[in-house]
Amino acid sequence: MHVIEVLGPGCANCQRLEANTRSAVEMAGADAQIVKVTDYAKISSYGIMSTPGLVIDGKVVSYGRVPAVGDIAQMLSQIDHTEAEAG
Amino acid sequence: MTALALHRHRPPFALVLVLALSTWLTAWLINAPLADWLAFDVLGLQRGSQIGDAIAFFLLDVPKVLLLLLGIVTAVTFIRSYFPPERVRGLLAGRGVLAGTVAAAGLGVVTPFCSCSAVPLFIGFVEAGVPLGVTFAFLISSPMVNEIAIVLLWGLFGPQIALLYMGAGLAVAIVGGLILGRMRVERWVEPWVLEVRAGGGTMTFDVHLSVEQRLRDAWTYTLELVRKILPYVIVGIAVGALIHGFVPTDLIASIGARSNLLALPIVVLIAIPLYANAAATIPIVEVLLGKGLPLGTTLAFMMAIVAISLPEFMILRRVIQPRLIGLYAAVVIVGILIVGFLFNAIGL
Repeated sequence: MHVIEVLGPGCANCQRLEANTRSAVEMAGADAQIVKVTDYAKISSYGIMSTPGLVIDGKVVSYGRVPAVGDIAQMLSQIDHTEAEAG
Repeated sequence: MTALALHRHRPPFALVLVLALSTWLTAWLINAPLADWLAFDVLGLQRGSQIGDAIAFFLLDVPKVLLLLLGIVTAVTFIRSYFPPERVRGLLAGRGVLAGTVAAAGLGVVTPFCSCSAVPLFIGFVEAGVPLGVTFAFLISSPMVNEIAIVLLWGLFGPQIALLYMGAGLAVAIVGGLILGRMRVERWVEPWVLEVRAGGGTMTFDVHLSVEQRLRDAWTYTLELVRKILPYVIVGIAVGALIHGFVPTDLIASIGARSNLLALPIVVLIAIPLYANAAATIPIVEVLLGKGLPLGTTLAFMMAIVAISLPEFMILRRVIQPRLIGLYAAVVIVGILIVGFLFNAIGL
């Protein structure tokens, strides 16, 4: 299972990112848990300075922009792909 | 299989780009004759009459401002996507105070900024070892020398005033940053900010964006921005049009006269609550300048609108104490007033 973190204090863009992520998980049929991270200290600990940020399994995959649903779904399926090849 | 299904069919990117550019250019070129024809031939208004001038001004300015926003904000946003603050802070951390402050003010122009990112931005700078004065220079210049203001100033007033505005904005940011840096303001930063450590330097960033993706992002951002500010812009242009048509020049010139020293602080005071509406105010400012409001007062008004943001001050309260917020605000306000008085005194 993947852990997807949406980093952002709760501005409009953060909410759009969360919605897009939910649709993307559905679209890709991924097994994932979505966590919202609103604490500034925690957000900063990922090294990003522009919100919203998207973290999949501890890895920052996007920051300072709201990727489209298709883009997020592709990121997810790519990770599944790499894992399948490695395993 | 899934990866293939996720790719929706899109027309070739180059074709979309060429079509968009030629549409924009055509619209830009036919705007003035079209507005003229609509006002005086279709509506049959009298050339030189008050109502005729006001409506012609409105019909000319609405598409003009709209085209400027769509075209240039997209271009600027695209360019700025190559200068995220995450990259910029590395450039600022290792420098001396003066070089760092100047660089921060300059980078503030090209770096995207939104007030909801102010806190992570502040923490990120502090955590990378960027001095506070340098950080404040960035915080002042980033919203003040902002793309909407520059674009509209350039399009409506010409390059001279846009560049003057930019130069004055940078000067306020640099001097403000230097002053705040000298005051040992670290005392007034919330202690937890100084303790944040970003992943012990083992951050795994895996972000690659193609040119096409960046352009699409820029376009999406611009559309959203324009949708949000368009109603204000239209109201602003309508008010501008009414002043253009009906308010006598002598009235504004006498209220804003250089000899009237109170006019400037009052204008700055009026600007503070107008924060979100820079785009709406510029068309009004355009008319006021045309009707004889001195340039210094005009520039100060513009600067105060974009640089003094109450929401941003409230958000920054999370990381710095009220005394420092007050100091920061005071430095910006005094800086703006000095710019205004200086330009009025030179009598440009």
